[in-house]
Amino acid sequence: MLRIRQLVKRYGHGEPVLRDLDLEVPGESVVSIIGASGAGKSTLLRCINRLVEPTSGSIELNGAELTRLKGDELRKARRRIGMIFQGFNLVDRLTVMENVQCGRLGYIPYWRAALRKYPAEDIERAYELMERVGIAHYASKRADELSGGERQRVGVVRALMQNPEILLADEPTASLDPVSSRQIMELLQTLSQELQLPVLINIHNVGEAREYTQRIVGMRFGRLIFDGKPDELDQDAMDAVYSGTPAEDRQQAEQDTARAVIS
Amino acid sequence: MSDATTAPRTWRKPPFIANPWLRWGLMLGALVYLGWAASTLPFDWARISQGIERAARIFSGAFPPSFVRHELLIKGFLESLQIAILATLLGLGLSVPIAFMAARNIAAKPVYLIGRALIIIARSFHPVIVAILFVKAVGFGPVAGILTLTIYSIGFVAKMLAERIEEIDWGQVEALRASGTRYLTVLQFAVLPQIMPRQIGLSIYQLDSNLRASAVVGIVGAGGIGSTLMNAFGRYDYDFALAITLVIIAVILVSEAISGRIRRAIW
Amino acid sequence: MTQQTVAERAWSRYTPQQRWKRFAGFAVMALAVGWSLVSIDIIWPWVWDAPAQIGDLFRRMVPPDFSDLTPIFWALVETLNIATLATFVAVFASLPIAYIAAQNTTPNRFTLWLGRFILVSSRSVNTLIWALLFVAIFGPGVLAGIIAIMFRSLGFLGKLMGEAIEEIDRRPVEALEATGASRAKVILYAIVPQVMPTFFAVSILRWDINLRESTVLGLVGAGGIGVILQGAIDTLAWPTVATVLLAIVVLVVAGEAVAAWLRKRVL
Repeated sequence: MLRIRQLVKRYGHGEPVLRDLDLEVPGESVVSIIGASGAGKSTLLRCINRLVEPTSGSIELNGAELTRLKGDELRKARRRIGMIFQGFNLVDRLTVMENVQCGRLGYIPYWRAALRKYPAEDIERAYELMERVGIAHYASKRADELSGGERQRVGVVRALMQNPEILLADEPTASLDPVSSRQIMELLQTLSQELQLPVLINIHNVGEAREYTQRIVGMRFGRLIFDGKPDELDQDAMDAVYSGTPAEDRQQAEQDTARAVIS
Repeated sequence: MSDATTAPRTWRKPPFIANPWLRWGLMLGALVYLGWAASTLPFDWARISQGIERAARIFSGAFPPSFVRHELLIKGFLESLQIAILATLLGLGLSVPIAFMAARNIAAKPVYLIGRALIIIARSFHPVIVAILFVKAVGFGPVAGILTLTIYSIGFVAKMLAERIEEIDWGQVEALRASGTRYLTVLQFAVLPQIMPRQIGLSIYQLDSNLRASAVVGIVGAGGIGSTLMNAFGRYDYDFALAITLVIIAVILVSEAISGRIRRAIW
Repeated sequence: MTQQTVAERAWSRYTPQQRWKRFAGFAVMALAVGWSLVSIDIIWPWVWDAPAQIGDLFRRMVPPDFSDLTPIFWALVETLNIATLATFVAVFASLPIAYIAAQNTTPNRFTLWLGRFILVSSRSVNTLIWALLFVAIFGPGVLAGIIAIMFRSLGFLGKLMGEAIEEIDRRPVEALEATGASRAKVILYAIVPQVMPTFFAVSILRWDINLRESTVLGLVGAGGIGVILQGAIDTLAWPTVATVLLAIVVLVVAGEAVAAWLRKRVL
């Protein structure tokens, strides 16, 4: 259960990117976040695992508050949050197995990481997950020898190796061809059910969002303006989410604040 | 599923060198070599502890750096600058014909070999060795420095320039040849314009690097600030030596910044 | 077309401003050269005499003296040891400096400037000047040479490694931070693999340079083949000097070949 309340994020002194955002994600559901570029989707995900520092508000994962953690506690919390990236973010010059074991780095002692002496059960689990997504035969290949779809599978397995309590996916299919893209979405959907994980997916492709997720959240200019089942996302809702540009929104906001100051 | 697959699997990083004999052999060889090389070092702890004492004396003698004899310092620097300028001019003048000789696409085979040989010889010797020979031949002073840095410049500039000439766009040469132009005119109008930007960049780089090198060749008597430094060191004037060293560092930094800026503006 | 526009079609290669800049550039060059020529402290008769003197020196070196090669061989081995040991130690010692001198990994502003200060002072002081200092401290010998080469290499290696660290792909670092890995593990898995190729490339490059530098250390008493060279020059044993020079060429060319081979194998 992820609960976000009144989350605000502003970079420097600019307009906030997230404004008083509230969101609840109960266990084992797949939630798509849609919205135009610049709506704050990426910032939202990165606030959850604190790659981006939220300005104010609260984020709770299974009852534990994340926003005030520091140092070791923060690292322990991050272990429970898996993340999948648009650009895969693999270490190209390491083998697939090493990349996958990166997900365990928060758990194993330093000497094991340095000498690549991974615990037997980690290796076993890595093979199981890699078999599950069909990349086990690549274990000793270098990550940069794989195709885009295969690399994203490595990214997924890396996140799953963390034994996460939630999975965040930041545009996981945006760098992929249509076929791999559908495969990855399918995979995320079934994994969510199998492992009873809540999955939060930022996504541009509304078709995929409708097809593979049970719930769609629409963001515009740092706020949630739609939250419902895929078939509730009608043309009006789509227009509300996507029409206009972030620049217009920003202008509108400035006028609003200006008016507020005058009155 | 059989028992074999349910038993825990293992994974090892594929080693860098696949053949284990070669891998361990190389590692052992390297270790033995390093161990042996280190063991040949005459570690004389008595002398090292004395050395630390001496270091303390040198450093306490060096602080604060003394700029009292700044005329000597300025004179040394001006001489270094003069050496660097003249050597760059001479070196560049000689580099251009040698570079044309050493460019495979322009020069005839025997000429090419001579050009390459000149460059290899100029590059093989550290400028200090060249300097020491010139000091023996023409005596102490800036002449030896200029000659040394001229050779040093040839080794670098001629090599880079020859490589640039080998990469030129051959179409322009053919266009001029087709219009019946003489060989030297072809060089002037089809080759020179193509290598000119590189040549200017190299010249400025070389002036900068000659200034650095002139501080070094002076140590063996080839004039400039290096000679001033060597004299100060020889007379145990460590505070003056430190002052000189500090100024050398400052000048090198400034000259590096200037040359970098000019080269960026030109390229 | 009117008369006027036709009249304006005189062609010139450069705009007035460009011409001005070129003119200014040439003027500065001419002034610099003129100043150097006029004010440099040179005894001109010596200059006119120089070609004859150099020729004379050459004649005295031929034929080289190959009668006693054993000491030269061992001096070459010593030179090789100095270069290799110094490079080996410097390569590892430079890593923490590179880490604090790279903008994206340094812990804070103070360490950043500390790192840069170490790099700049190491780089701006030439190997021979370092050697002078360490010979003064530890007395003449291999040890002073190794430490001198090490000190000079630190700046070079640290600068290039620091730049490599600054150029890494940030995204894997972000991904590993997101898994809850500690800073040390992020360095190990996301930064080290990315700078590995540069690490090998600059180590090989520096070893090649150090081999050349080690040949001159002996001239200030810091060990290697330079000691023999200095001795032969002091005793005017020119045929031996020639042999030593040939030996240096062989060492340097062989070193270059080994470096090229290593580069091909490792990268």
